[in-house]
Amino acid sequence: MNTTILLFLLQDGITNGAVYALLGLALVLVFAVTRVILIPQGEFVTYGALSYAMLATGQVPGTAQLAVAMGLAAFGLDLFFARKALHVRLALRSAALNIVFPVALLAVTYKVAGPATPMAVNIALALLIVAAIGLFLYRIAFQPIAHTSVLVLLIASVGCHLALQGLGLVFFGAEGLRGPALSNAAVTAGPLRFTGQSLAVYGLTVAFIVGLWLFFGYTRMGKALRATAVNRLGARLVGIRTTLSGQIAFLLASVIGAISGILIVPITTLYYDTGFLIGLKGFIAAIIGGLVSYPLTAVAAILVGIVEAFSSFYASNFKEVIVFTLILPVLVLRSLAAPAVEEEKD
Amino acid sequence: MAQRFPLIVFAVVMALIPLIPGVPPFWIVLLDNIGLAALVAMGLVLLTGVGGLTSFGQAAFCGFGAYTTAVLTTAYGVSPWLTLPASLMVSGIAAVLLGIVTVRLSGHYLPLGTIAWGIGLFYLFSKLEFLGRNDGISGIPPLSIGSFRMLSPDTIYYAIWIAVLLSALLTMNLLDSRTGRAIRALRRGHIAAEAFGVQTPRAKLLVFIYAAVLAGLSGWLYAHFQRAANPTPFGAQAGIEYLFIAVVGGAGYVWGAVLGAGIVVVLKEVLQSYLPYIFGGQSQLETIVFGIMLVLLLQLAPSGVWPWLMSLLPFKPARRTPDTSLQLQHPARASGSSPVLLKIEKARKQFGGVTAVNDVSFDVNAREIVALIGPNGAGKSTTFNLITGVLTATSGKISVLGKEVENAPPQEVVKLGVSRTFQHVKLVPDMTVLENVAIGAHLRGSSGAISSMLRLDRAEEARLLAEAARQIARVGLSDQIDQLAGSLSLGQQRIVEIARALCVDPQLLLLDEPAAGLRHMEKQRLAALLRQLRDGGMSVLLVEHDMGFVMDLADRIVVLDFGTKIAEGTPAAIKRNPDVIKAYLGAAA
Repeated sequence: MNTTILLFLLQDGITNGAVYALLGLALVLVFAVTRVILIPQGEFVTYGALSYAMLATGQVPGTAQLAVAMGLAAFGLDLFFARKALHVRLALRSAALNIVFPVALLAVTYKVAGPATPMAVNIALALLIVAAIGLFLYRIAFQPIAHTSVLVLLIASVGCHLALQGLGLVFFGAEGLRGPALSNAAVTAGPLRFTGQSLAVYGLTVAFIVGLWLFFGYTRMGKALRATAVNRLGARLVGIRTTLSGQIAFLLASVIGAISGILIVPITTLYYDTGFLIGLKGFIAAIIGGLVSYPLTAVAAILVGIVEAFSSFYASNFKEVIVFTLILPVLVLRSLAAPAVEEEKD
Repeated sequence: MAQRFPLIVFAVVMALIPLIPGVPPFWIVLLDNIGLAALVAMGLVLLTGVGGLTSFGQAAFCGFGAYTTAVLTTAYGVSPWLTLPASLMVSGIAAVLLGIVTVRLSGHYLPLGTIAWGIGLFYLFSKLEFLGRNDGISGIPPLSIGSFRMLSPDTIYYAIWIAVLLSALLTMNLLDSRTGRAIRALRRGHIAAEAFGVQTPRAKLLVFIYAAVLAGLSGWLYAHFQRAANPTPFGAQAGIEYLFIAVVGGAGYVWGAVLGAGIVVVLKEVLQSYLPYIFGGQSQLETIVFGIMLVLLLQLAPSGVWPWLMSLLPFKPARRTPDTSLQLQHPARASGSSPVLLKIEKARKQFGGVTAVNDVSFDVNAREIVALIGPNGAGKSTTFNLITGVLTATSGKISVLGKEVENAPPQEVVKLGVSRTFQHVKLVPDMTVLENVAIGAHLRGSSGAISSMLRLDRAEEARLLAEAARQIARVGLSDQIDQLAGSLSLGQQRIVEIARALCVDPQLLLLDEPAAGLRHMEKQRLAALLRQLRDGGMSVLLVEHDMGFVMDLADRIVVLDFGTKIAEGTPAAIKRNPDVIKAYLGAAA
């Protein structure tokens, strides 16, 4: 093998792996806090990417309207569940979050959308829209069944994935989209050329890993989230609002998903259903990381990216087979290493 | 026969449907699809709903079944009927290989692992040359009997629904048996089941293979129904849908699989054909509505539609009462000549730097009640776990009747005649008291899965249930025999655990806090029962905090404090022992 190809494949693998790492981190985060295996993570990626790409062409993406609709549903649910002890402050707070915020977002989007809108504004709008969708998604689909088994949550998660993917087709059409690059700068090092885009991918991935580590290790909110993950009831008893923890987890996950999408949409064309497969590769990394360890997940994601790059070069037909069966030896090792532990579940 | 009645009615109705004049052929196609999906979902009911093993990969096993017959019939000209065993075998072997890896995974690794290999296999199907890549294999011959070829949907209909009904019957037979109880106990963790001799990894692998074979059967039928096989229906999406069917129907119920398949297949069809009229030709609208309805349905009925329907029934199915005159043989065991039943010599258990049990030695003699007492955290339950093989000792020797236990797994320890109850009750809440107690007699029966499915186990089963009923009567819970274990009070559940332990016909009974949660009268009855057991030749080792109960009952008391034995003697001596008083009340000021 020639060194240039080797280096090139490595670079390609690491760039993809960094994106998988971001998604893997989000999956671990959501699972740890809410026990939801977040299949719609891939939709956050496509929604973020394609909303950004549409905004860049001066159109208002349908996701902005979706955020308003979901906000209305969330508001309705808030009022319904609080009907026995409804008071004005609660209703106002819910209205501010669920109605004023998405409506204002939609209004701003209509106001500023145009071919000449600065890129930073487009990115901010895309992120805010997807963040709102993530937040409301938890409120609508998962909060009412937060106490049920992992299996029921998983099936609900699949339902969300189907609905969001279908909506994605309505919003963005069957055609793929590409977005403008964040930066056109490039650095050449030997045979390799690092684009500003891929450098941004590396930088943001590292920033998120460090940020999450600081957040969970050193902030009150981060510790509250960890406490919720370990024992929901116990966390409630010491005054942690577990629904808030769930909302924060979904908020973070949707923002991470949208950022990943915005990072890759200038590199590859994304379709409304591309997110699912990308999200699944994040899964592989998350599983290898055991759904608990952030650093391990990040390392595993890089590994998945590299394996994918090499197998698409040498056995492109079997690329997906190789990536997805990569998990089996890992699972074998894990089951050999882990002692049989008793699980109290129902 | 009364229990078979609804099944027969259902079978007759299903048989008549295609004969009704004017039934649209399209309905028959739908029913064919429902039957095919129900077969896979039935496997999932056993695997996921009953056994607690979530699999997203069942569609891949359908693929094994379908492709096996597709290749054999088209490339080698083998008759379709001969490929049936081959299809089932290939799915089964694939299940063994994947299962050995998969069923060992705990909790959420399991579903994620199945998603991963499910997708991997899907891509494999779509890339392999001899499976026709993405186009698949077409021109598969139809099923035929003599010159009668099942070409149309209403002829293969019978093949499909006979398969569904037979599978449902066999599955229900399996669940209602010795093996079935072992499978049903899996979902609640493996420690309790293993304490009564259930080989939990083998039971898990069994349901995994069973579910895969049912999926393979569905795949085989599918191939001859469509007369083509391509990768799409065996992908991740389909795997998710099968699980969804099982959950919607009610993941613990065999008929839930059929009902769920009906709901989902019809719902999808309705959405696909009517939504475009309502909303104009928007593509993929049915996916959106389908997804939203799925979430809604789970919020309204998280445990599925079937149990909800059953709860609406005005009458409850009657249960048979076991004939307690049937006798069960006593297990053959080496009866040692030594009067020492259990000998613990310098047993030690360390968890990291913590020494939970510190070189503890004591004996339990034949016909003796020994109490193990000590403040919380003294190492009493850990000692129990060392004796029963749940934990392995760091050092030291534990022997039963002179035979060293030496890190034997719980399944081996129980064979020596040592049975136990748990500090935290470990019953299967959605099984009846009778069924829970019968798990205790697991090792006294030998029927396997196949004989259970074919009902060849009935004589033995009746004896096992009779023994369970006798032990329930012995502990005084006959009135509750048909109630679900989860509906009893905590104190009664502890008594159920004792009945279950007695079903082993033990020489040594280990009771972990049996009197906790009992009322005064119940405690007295329990004490009387234990004395009666001792007088009948059994030995009892119990952990208990109720000092009145212990002092009254025990022949001898062993006191632990911080993992170390600080005293041993008769109740009278222990009451006066200054070290014991110090451990319980602190140093005298």
